[in-house]
Amino acid sequence: MSYPTDRKYTKEHEWISSDGKVGITTHAQDSLGDIVFVELPKVGTELTAGKTFGTVESVKAVSDLYAPASGTVTEVNGELATSPENVNKDAHAAWMVKIAVKDPAELNVLLSAADYEKFVSEEAGH
Amino acid sequence: MSAASAIPPDLPAPVRKTALNAVHRQMGAKMVEFNGWDMPVEYPASIGCGIVNEHMAVRTGVGIFDVSHMGDIRLAGPQALDAVQHISMNDAAKLAIGQAQYSALLYPQGTFVDDVIVHRLGEEEYLLVINAGTREKDFNWVRDNTRQFDCKVEHLSDDFTQIAIQGPKGVNVLQKLTDADLGAVKFYWVTRGTVCGLKNILMGRTGYTAEDGFEIYIPPDEETSAQVWYAILEAGKEFGVVPCGLGARNTLRLEGKLPLYGHEISDTINVWEAGVERWCKMDKPEFIGRAALEKARGEGLKRTLVGLEMVERGIARDGYKVLGEDGGEIGYVTSGSPAPFLKKNIALAYVPPTHVEVGSTVRVEIRGQGVKAQVVPTPFYKRPKK
Repeated sequence: MSYPTDRKYTKEHEWISSDGKVGITTHAQDSLGDIVFVELPKVGTELTAGKTFGTVESVKAVSDLYAPASGTVTEVNGELATSPENVNKDAHAAWMVKIAVKDPAELNVLLSAADYEKFVSEEAGH
Repeated sequence: MSAASAIPPDLPAPVRKTALNAVHRQMGAKMVEFNGWDMPVEYPASIGCGIVNEHMAVRTGVGIFDVSHMGDIRLAGPQALDAVQHISMNDAAKLAIGQAQYSALLYPQGTFVDDVIVHRLGEEEYLLVINAGTREKDFNWVRDNTRQFDCKVEHLSDDFTQIAIQGPKGVNVLQKLTDADLGAVKFYWVTRGTVCGLKNILMGRTGYTAEDGFEIYIPPDEETSAQVWYAILEAGKEFGVVPCGLGARNTLRLEGKLPLYGHEISDTINVWEAGVERWCKMDKPEFIGRAALEKARGEGLKRTLVGLEMVERGIARDGYKVLGEDGGEIGYVTSGSPAPFLKKNIALAYVPPTHVEVGSTVRVEIRGQGVKAQVVPTPFYKRPKK
């Protein structure tokens, strides 16, 4: 699996692109299985880096979504309310929210595509 | 402290593996611990699996499950029937040789030791198929409570690899591998025959999916188990067979309102509350739990199991609170999930008798919000009659 290099990744398996779009990784959707429900905050909500901002549910499990960076939600991907399976189909295209990042320096501490890939393979080795 | 008085350290029991464990891993299954067993929860999307696909395969075609973690207790001898009657709530005297029935082992309080399928295999021979998580407890219970009968009690849980072949096409798949005439075997009856060259294999037309299907009991060595598993997958290709994990097993049984031990039934829930009185024969000879149930029946129910369907957006999960219209807590969800075939979010819940009427509105507390749900008839899913 190669991860797109136009974005940053977290150890909680989220990604954030340079224009502030946030989603979960292909690895995350694969571990969750069939995604049936995505609950997202409203436009205008303030997110704090590392804190939960929503929920994604597969048939079997409920998982929290963690904000990769702090900022204000400027857009929500409404399609996921009716087609949550889009996350399974293409997790790196199925963005969840778009945020106006408060401090771009916060992104510097996140993982590059190569580092995230390494992190996932090490995690799998446990 | 002297060595003699040392208490062994309280180590967690090692996780157990079925004879098909390596096969599941080879097929790329996601493994989880379930009741002390390392079991597949679902197989990968790359081979057409995942909980939803596995569930749909069983409803519309066929799927196979490794259920070797289930346990087996054999009772045989001149008083085997008396022993079975004493420890189980259904009427085993009604069973013909080769017939099976859903039943339960009860505590004197009328609550559940476990639910079981009782098979009558011979004139004086019965096989109880029990849950994985309650194997030792069940065996001890059966042994200790049948001592007064002339009957041998054997724990055969490790003597079989048990494979369930479930779905409307299950009979077609298994028929390709056996000389037994499966068309002559009715639902909840068993037969014996050669399967994949193995002689005298027990095959029951039973399951835990609310669908037609068979459960077969084969020798427990890894080689034989793997050989039969792959033979079934090969024979089932033309019917679109897929391997299925515990994830689909749970959603299938939930749609059919089949109880799961520790959820809908337990040592603190009685027969009336669980709504399984259809299988509890109060007019048969004395059995453990009967007196307490008689008394409880006179006192009336404090709670009862109902089916819920989410009206507003949200998924009820095991353990979530059920709230009344005024927001007060009235009960709890025992099992909740999206229902892949019905395409609804459903749940089973214990609520007071005031909230059991079909159409009643309740709320399920999901992440602090009371999300609207409605009491609906159960089972949620009933397989079409042929």
